[in-house]
Amino acid sequence: MYAIITFICGLLFGLGLAFSEMTNPAVVLGFLDVFGNWNPSLIIVMASAIAVGMIGYLIKGKRLAPFVASKWQVPTLRQIDSKLIIGSALFGIGWGISGYCPGPGLTALVNNPSEGIYFVIALIVGSAAHHFQTRAVKM
Amino acid sequence: MDMIFNPLVGGLLIGITTVIYLLSLGKVIGISGILSQLLFSKERFLPFLFIAGLIIGGSAYGVFTEQTVAFPETRSPLILIISGLLVGYGTRLGSGCTSGHGVCGISRLSPRSVVATLVFMTTAIITVSILN
Repeated sequence: MYAIITFICGLLFGLGLAFSEMTNPAVVLGFLDVFGNWNPSLIIVMASAIAVGMIGYLIKGKRLAPFVASKWQVPTLRQIDSKLIIGSALFGIGWGISGYCPGPGLTALVNNPSEGIYFVIALIVGSAAHHFQTRAVKM
Repeated sequence: MDMIFNPLVGGLLIGITTVIYLLSLGKVIGISGILSQLLFSKERFLPFLFIAGLIIGGSAYGVFTEQTVAFPETRSPLILIISGLLVGYGTRLGSGCTSGHGVCGISRLSPRSVVATLVFMTTAIITVSILN
């Protein structure tokens, strides 16, 4: 059951990215080009996704546990720290350079492999750098 | 028409997916987090299924959907590698990306996610305006 739901959610999420053309870095860069030739269509994507998402959290508020899993695993951290700010700032710079955030970058492996392969290898190396850095600190 | 219809359908699909995932499995969808579980956690099966589904669904681009904007000309590997490193490291340090902070986090009005989204939108917009 977990497997089926997880796979279908991945599939639907990918279809959502494709429909909204977020899988195309030209569309994303157009959206980020606020001071140039701005393409505002991704505002509609964000706004509609967030509006529907909010309904989910309203329903969650009325339930003690999810329908399939036994407990909620939603992040509870509320502290705004320098890691959050610096990490998000670096992510935004990377996103603005290519127009790929993680999801669309992964789909580029198929949609645009001559770009996707380089982006995804670097994405993995970047994630690994953080993973092993934090592990080294803990030891 | 397509300028409104396609993004609306896409956004609704993304939103509905986060709701299904949340209400059934109790978890938030964050692509950078799921990728990192696939790479570094001991339980790789579910993250693998999600990423596989994501790539299959996301490749439907131009199959079920009409492409309204052409792909950019292929950029140099160096540009893509710098971008990928920053996105990979930054999303882990900042605990999330466009999906985890931008969609799921704002939906639940998480102060961390609202701040993170404002920060990455700002640096992305500045980066694009400098590079253009």
